[in-house]
Amino acid sequence: MEPNTVVCHQVTKVYRQNSVSVHALTDINLEIPKRDFACLSGPSGSGKSTLLNLIGGLDKPTSGEISVDGQRVDQMAKSELAALRLHKIGFVFQAYNLIPVLTARENVEFVMQLQGLSAGDRRDKAMQILKEVDLTGLENRRPAELSGGQQQRVAVARAIVSEPSLVLADEPTANLDSKTAQALMELLVHMNTDHNVTFIFSTHDKLVMDFSRRLIKLHDGKIVEDKRRE
Amino acid sequence: MPSESASERRLASSGEASPAPLLVTLAWRNLWRHTRRTLVMLFALLLGVWSMIVMAALVRGSMEQHIRKEILNLTAHVQIHSPAYRDDPAVEHRFAAPSSLADALTQTPITAASARVRVPAVVSSEYESAGVMLVGIDPQRERGLSFIDKAVKLGRDLESAGDPGLVLGRKLAERLETGLGRRVVLMSQGVDNQISDRGFRVVGVFDADPQAMETGYVFIGLEIAQQLLGMGNEVSEIAVMTDDRNHLDALVERLRATAPGLDVAPWTDVQPLLVLMEKVNNVVLLVWFAVVFAAMAFGLINTLLMAVFERTREFGLFQALGMPPRFILGQVLAESLILLVLALILGNVVAWASVAGLKGGIDLSMFAEGLQLVGISPVIFPTLATGDVLIANVVVIVLGVLASLYPAWRASRYVPVEALTRT
Ligand SMILES: Nc1ncnc2c1ncn2[C@@H]1O[C@H](COP(=O)(O)OP(=O)(O)O)[C@@H](O)[C@H]1O
Ligand SMILES: [Mg+2]
Repeated sequence: MEPNTVVCHQVTKVYRQNSVSVHALTDINLEIPKRDFACLSGPSGSGKSTLLNLIGGLDKPTSGEISVDGQRVDQMAKSELAALRLHKIGFVFQAYNLIPVLTARENVEFVMQLQGLSAGDRRDKAMQILKEVDLTGLENRRPAELSGGQQQRVAVARAIVSEPSLVLADEPTANLDSKTAQALMELLVHMNTDHNVTFIFSTHDKLVMDFSRRLIKLHDGKIVEDKRRE
Repeated sequence: MPSESASERRLASSGEASPAPLLVTLAWRNLWRHTRRTLVMLFALLLGVWSMIVMAALVRGSMEQHIRKEILNLTAHVQIHSPAYRDDPAVEHRFAAPSSLADALTQTPITAASARVRVPAVVSSEYESAGVMLVGIDPQRERGLSFIDKAVKLGRDLESAGDPGLVLGRKLAERLETGLGRRVVLMSQGVDNQISDRGFRVVGVFDADPQAMETGYVFIGLEIAQQLLGMGNEVSEIAVMTDDRNHLDALVERLRATAPGLDVAPWTDVQPLLVLMEKVNNVVLLVWFAVVFAAMAFGLINTLLMAVFERTREFGLFQALGMPPRFILGQVLAESLILLVLALILGNVVAWASVAGLKGGIDLSMFAEGLQLVGISPVIFPTLATGDVLIANVVVIVLGVLASLYPAWRASRYVPVEALTRT
């Protein structure tokens, strides 16, 4: 049995806006073992993004406990969270993942640069991973000069390049046509098996769900189904 | 648990390899994302820097001219008198220079020194008389020390300390209805308390600025004045010129030690009004700097806030990727610093070029009739003072960075989720 990368215990998130409270997540209990390839599915507004953001420490739960690699994310200070994200978590968002003023290679190097890797190491690793995501030759393009699929592949390369414990991908294929989406999912599967990285991604696209090894269905902020599909 | 937090700290600190190159790259490229906005801001900052430096050069230039003129108008850099003379410039407050002083007056930084008789007198023509300052000079020694060696426009200069002639100002000549070659009588109190008088031929007529110099002073030979007043070898004052009027303390100390019984006064003591004027100018310049800077700061803060606001998503992304908020602060500050430094470099160069271009002087007489009456020359020769340029630069860079702290702080304070979900 692999140790758990992510553990959520009784996680609740309530957004308060003016006098209205929105229960985005209610009593979520979840364990994601190392090397898992889990899909959060559910209709829009079911709480997928909220859960991913809480796990990534981008926001705090209203109550409950969340650990990543044994560390209590819900109790961390801002600076600790920044360090955790820098060293242990990779993010892929639905869109606008890349820093517009940096080239594809520089975007991939960005995290490594913050981590303090030498220029030579950064470059080698970036070129290697860009080759893996099939972007050789496009290294020096800025995001605006890349297609949506290419941009997402750069984002995946960046998320994976420093081999984090966990990659969180929030609807990574939502802006892609189905062919490009499938190619991206194949890439994620490959990264998961070849780089031993734990993945949690969200989608409401049936085609994309089929790539997962575990399907967690959310509805109105609750887990309504959680099944393995080996 | 403790070991874990230690490893976390190690992880966090391993990211401390200098982020500066990354931040500067981001800052630089972000600036040129909005080329026109950046250029407009740069131009505004440049204009501000330029106006600070050029304004300072104009104010300094006009002040410098004024001080130089006053110094040549018989003030010199240092004056030596008998102690009571400056309160009552009468013949009884005369002195004989000790021989040790004569030696001291030949040493650096002294470039010229001249003894003068300088007492009140009445000059009369056949028609009119006027109260004046009678100045007995050694014309050879006045060279480079006072205006008089270049001021005679009609007739000739006095030629020696024993020259029997008299030189007076054009305006006084008109008032006395006298002129070149005519005779006038000088009357003054001698050392014996008796009135002494003597007739002189007008050998030269001088022009001076301000006109009060033309009506207030007549010049005769030093020896003739001493004879007239019965002063022997004694004098009223010794005027001293040096190579640097701003560093007189050591010299004044030395001269005081050499001539303990005498009053040794630097020009700043003799003409306190000039010092006051200089202080007023400093205040005027500082106010100008403050006003210009305030305008610049508003523009800068506004531009940066705009840039920060439209990049909210990016700052959220930076945080999601694990960039510490202080780096985000640093990135915005770097943007501001790049703008400021570029503006300073260009502003200094353009200011320097315009001051160099105006070396021949700016004639303001068409705007400023009457300036001449108060002794301010309408032609200004701009002068760059290192101190002013330094202050302008320091003000812009230091206060500019301080002003940028607010937008930078705003950028670093975004909550990641909110920043990321904003579209
Ligand atoms: N910042 C917020 N403020 C208020 N309500 C929010 C906020 N973010 C999300 N919500 C609400 O929380 C619920 C879950 O949203 P979200 O996690 O974005 O769902 P999903 O990603 O599955 O579409 C929704 O009802 C949404 O309106
Ligand atoms: Mg969502």
